[in-house]
Amino acid sequence: MSTAMIEARGVGKRFGANEVLRGVDLDVGRSEVVCLIGPSGSGKSTLLRCINFLEAYDDGEVRIEGELIGYEKASDGKRRPMGARRLREMRREIGMVFQHFNLWPHMTALGNVAEPLKRVRKLAAGEAEERAMDMLKRVGLAEKAEAYPSRLSGGQQQRVAIARALAMQPRLMLFDEPTSALDPELVGEVLEVMRALATEGMTMLIVTHEMGFAAHVADRIAFIDQGRILEQGPPRQVFHESSEPRVRQFLQTYHDRNAF
Amino acid sequence: MHPQVILHSLGYLTQAAGVTLALSLAGIVLGFLVGAAACIARLSGRRWAAALGAAYVSIFRGVPLLVQLLFIYYFLAELGFNVPALVAAVGGLALASGAYQAEILRGALNAVPRGQSEAASALGFAPVDVWRRILLPQALRISIPPLINEFILLLKASSLVSVVGIAELTRVSMNIATMTYRPLEAYVGGGLFYLAINLCLSGIGLLAERRFGKAGAI
Repeated sequence: MSTAMIEARGVGKRFGANEVLRGVDLDVGRSEVVCLIGPSGSGKSTLLRCINFLEAYDDGEVRIEGELIGYEKASDGKRRPMGARRLREMRREIGMVFQHFNLWPHMTALGNVAEPLKRVRKLAAGEAEERAMDMLKRVGLAEKAEAYPSRLSGGQQQRVAIARALAMQPRLMLFDEPTSALDPELVGEVLEVMRALATEGMTMLIVTHEMGFAAHVADRIAFIDQGRILEQGPPRQVFHESSEPRVRQFLQTYHDRNAF
Repeated sequence: MHPQVILHSLGYLTQAAGVTLALSLAGIVLGFLVGAAACIARLSGRRWAAALGAAYVSIFRGVPLLVQLLFIYYFLAELGFNVPALVAAVGGLALASGAYQAEILRGALNAVPRGQSEAASALGFAPVDVWRRILLPQALRISIPPLINEFILLLKASSLVSVVGIAELTRVSMNIATMTYRPLEAYVGGGLFYLAINLCLSGIGLLAERRFGKAGAI
């Protein structure tokens, strides 16, 4: 049994004729923070969505703590989609935060965080709301508990979404461009929550365009282009010592922007 | 113009308005069940069920309600199925309205962003909870205005069931016109009742939108 939290081996994914992922290998260890960077359309988000099988990968394997997600061996030796119940059990342990928050607009902030605890963890209403309130406190939004998402800023909505995922006490967290839909001035509050989470030892896989955040918080950076991981390593190596021309070219724009 | 004709027939008209309202209410409620079933069939992903749902919608939206009513009442009788007038009327209204309501519901479900159910799936929700707690509450909220609109249309279309001999508002207005030789007054009276009921319905619709709109902005 491996102890890696996520092990992806030769992951391939096609949308029709479009090959989005071409044999991606990626490991994420316990308490490790890995940032996926790369140009738009490079397959970063698709890779992230394959980890919790929101997107069904076609080739290769994704293992969560050693267990294959999404498929199981059939008696004829081939693999078939895994049972829906087992997939749900695995997804419970994997928190996910989306670019567009995906809060449920017909529930309050507290309702959004408590709902999965009631439906999935089967907690009683009182207990669920108590834990939900604790989570909202943790992301600094206790006073917004009764507010509906439409009354919250983007940054607040994303923090509620993080609280919703955290309340489930996941073993790892996936972040799909969590700050890309935010006004620049609201990015900081979300990154602050994520930084705290990393410090507490949460395993995190983050698709992001926030290079500063990636450089400071990530243990490792993986650069994806055209469905392949071109380079991965500690931030210093990828950001400053890469010999890959594509990586240097991509990062040049960020260096330029920070020059003034 | 002799307004007293309307005043004298007020009792009949009120009673007939009650029949119209009851018929339409039964039609819209049963139609909702039929429509929901047709909508589920269309979205089920099973090819034969989807085809069946689509065929139902095309036929009952494509054939005039009057023709449907005449078909149910007269043609089925010819085949030996003696359908009581009331059953034919309510059944006809429900089947016709169900076709429209199926499309209203389908449109509303499609209007709920994909990320809504995706977030629930990622958290490990069972499909039944995704539907019950996430998709349906939002879809129903989106459908309130078009469903109220459909109710108003159905209430007016219910005048057609006079052809199977039910004493609803239009039929009774016709009778009053014949008996009093005052068609203008009789139809003005009937029309005012339709208008009054529909204004109430719009009001209820506005209240419902305001009540749910507070929480529901997407």
